[in-house]
Amino acid sequence: MQSFFAKSQQAQKADGKKTSKNKAPPPWVEKYRPKSLDDVSSQDHAVTVLKRTLGSANLPHMLFYGPPGTGKTSTVLALAKELYGPELMKDRVLELNASDERGIAIVRDSIKNFAAQKVVAPKDHIAEKYPCPPFKIIILDEADSMTTDAQSALRRTMETYSAQTRFCLICNYVTRIIDPLASRCSKFRFRLLDGNDALARLRHVSDAEQLSVEDGVLEKILEVANGDLRRAITILQSCSRLSGESSAAQNDEDGDATMAETRPITIADVNETAGVIPTETLKAIIKACKDSKGPIGDTVPDILVAVKELTYSGWSSAQITSQMHDLIITDVLIEGKEKSKIAELLSVTDKRLADGADESLAMLNLIVGIADVLGAAK
Amino acid sequence: MSLWVDKHRPKSLDHVDYHQDISERFSALAATGDLPHLLVYGPSGAGKKTRVMGLLKKLYGPSVEKISTKSHKFVTPSKRELELGVICSAYHLEVTPSDMGNNDRLVIQQLLKETAETQQVDLNAKQRFKVVIINEADSLSRDAQAALRRTMEKYTKNIRLILLTNSTSNIIAPIRSRTLLVRVAAPTEQDIVNVLEKVAAKEHVDLENTKTLEKIASHSDRNLRKALLTLETLYTFAGSKTVSENTPIPTPDWEMVIGRIARELVSSRTPATLLAIRSLFYELLSHCIPPSTILKELTYRLIPVVPANLRVPLISAAATYEHRLKLGAKYIFHLEAFCAKVMVLLEE
Ligand SMILES: Nc1ncnc2c1ncn2[C@@H]1O[C@H](COP(=O)(O)OP(=O)(O)OP(=O)(O)O)[C@@H](O)[C@H]1O
Ligand SMILES: Nc1ncnc2c1ncn2[C@@H]1O[C@H](COP(=O)(O)OP(=O)(O)OP(=O)(O)O)[C@@H](O)[C@H]1O
Ligand SMILES: [Mg+2]
Repeated sequence: MQSFFAKSQQAQKADGKKTSKNKAPPPWVEKYRPKSLDDVSSQDHAVTVLKRTLGSANLPHMLFYGPPGTGKTSTVLALAKELYGPELMKDRVLELNASDERGIAIVRDSIKNFAAQKVVAPKDHIAEKYPCPPFKIIILDEADSMTTDAQSALRRTMETYSAQTRFCLICNYVTRIIDPLASRCSKFRFRLLDGNDALARLRHVSDAEQLSVEDGVLEKILEVANGDLRRAITILQSCSRLSGESSAAQNDEDGDATMAETRPITIADVNETAGVIPTETLKAIIKACKDSKGPIGDTVPDILVAVKELTYSGWSSAQITSQMHDLIITDVLIEGKEKSKIAELLSVTDKRLADGADESLAMLNLIVGIADVLGAAK
Repeated sequence: MSLWVDKHRPKSLDHVDYHQDISERFSALAATGDLPHLLVYGPSGAGKKTRVMGLLKKLYGPSVEKISTKSHKFVTPSKRELELGVICSAYHLEVTPSDMGNNDRLVIQQLLKETAETQQVDLNAKQRFKVVIINEADSLSRDAQAALRRTMEKYTKNIRLILLTNSTSNIIAPIRSRTLLVRVAAPTEQDIVNVLEKVAAKEHVDLENTKTLEKIASHSDRNLRKALLTLETLYTFAGSKTVSENTPIPTPDWEMVIGRIARELVSSRTPATLLAIRSLFYELLSHCIPPSTILKELTYRLIPVVPANLRVPLISAAATYEHRLKLGAKYIFHLEAFCAKVMVLLEE
């Protein structure tokens, strides 16, 4: 009976949604993608320089690089919009990315075709509102996944059409861009986001969504997102669902159709969403390593059990390694010499994980190694 | 007649037996249309797929369960034709691009883009977007992952991705940044016993007591699928007889072979043994047991039987050779090198 009621109510809820579905909102990261250069936070250097070009109506070739989620794609799209306006953008901007086929053939043909087209003067009503400089922009997003050959081919193209086209290359790793190409561009480094600007942006999202958050929650989100604002926004969205809608769902099951009852987002929500391993779990392991009595060999079977438990819990090994690192480096009871030995272990482990080595063996080796170092210290 | 693991798979988020918190989270996320892309990770048999299917049902209603299998054709740049099986309903599709080996990037580029560029045709659909489930996302090549990046952003209106994976280590940072990470931990042994109990009751398994179930659970590596399969096997073998605590749980052949390797390694450290072990390794490899699994299982079996002072170097050697094995091309070299190293350790 109970479940029957629950079902009918869900159906109703779904019906109610149907009316509003036509303007189904995108995930927050897209909803709050910066619309203008002013919305881009924390990247002062790039924004200042680019704004100046808005006035002078000239632009160098550009290379944006930096870690994921720091605003590279957003910045160039915002720039293009401010230069041409949404209408003219279609004619003047070509965006290619790693999901398009980008071998040499593409660089030769599609980029050339676009670059070779004459720049047509904009209609008056557009020219009034936007600077509309007399060149086109080709955005090569995720350029680090272009082959070296394709990059070399691009070199010529860039020179041949530089009178009427500007290139903007975007990548995470600047070292993957061949030198001759990189040296033709003004480079802009996008920093990891921290500090007040990023916080202000996150607060802007949180206010616009009318969330109630406990003190320190937004700071915590930025911290666990490691300077990646995209991740921060996704975490915030998920937390808000957890604190708001989930209680609504529970009400439904109880057959109680009252309004959704929301509670503020807590730091615990953030930790859970971000997959942060509870510090106690790791501290317990480190403590066991320190306290092991007798030869380390005797405790290995116990360590094996603990490592298996970590694996069963599904924690990502990269997360374990990074949190382990933070805990050990800040532990005042461990001597410098031991710390450096452990740092060596951590670095080897990180490399192995990046190469795709088996995670449970790598973790077992790491933790047994730590126990060995700390045990030998006694 | 389907296997119990499929027959008794919970069909909705409201009926899953453990990890209620994840179910709650999924229900909450499904309640509004702005679902982010998801990366669901956790050990094998933890119940990832089960929960994702529950999420789909919450999103689209029961008709998402009407699935069919299609085969999608791809043409490589060198004009070779390839086929990939795609499971789909009106609202979602599910692919395992790693089946395509190095051509997985094509799947991403062609199939996903096609799906993404066509809007939902069914006007009565509850969501405007389609969901694409990607199995074994950790074995996607770097190229394929790179190809996902902007697709994930550009087409969010029409497409949401759910990536399923055992571990996030091989997922590149830009993809991790674009998804909400959801961890599904393995069920506890008690959780497993509870599920086994329910299934046993439904299938009228003649059980002596729950001790049997506890034994199955403790042999399951906390993998619910494995536990359910074991229960079904025991039931089938027992025929009409009672399944009791003393009914032996069959060990898979390959584990027995590894057990034998461990014993031989410890008892006789000679080149002749090494040669004998090599043929056992070949036998395992030819049965498609992954070399990493062989090395890991062997290490776990050696740990209790070697002298305590050798355990640290043993593990260190295992981790080193397993790493090399992943980078190298000839598995047998590294498996043998590990054995030789263990022999040397034992001799010293
Ligand atoms: N500096 C920033 N200011 C405001 N919002 C930002 C900023 N950086 C990132 N964001 C948020 O994160 C989302 C992703 O940013 P964007 O696509 O520009 O990242 P990216 O640097 O191109 O990352 P990737 O290297 O992964 O492509 C944006 O939609 C926006 O919501
Ligand atoms: N909550 C649950 N209650 C009862 N049975 C469950 C539950 N979750 C999963 N199962 C059972 O466990 C089996 C394995 O689950 P599932 O296929 O979802 O695992 P998975 O995490 O996707 O594994 P893999 O990574 O190996 O694909 C299923 O066949 C199902 O029958
Ligand atoms: Mg980008």
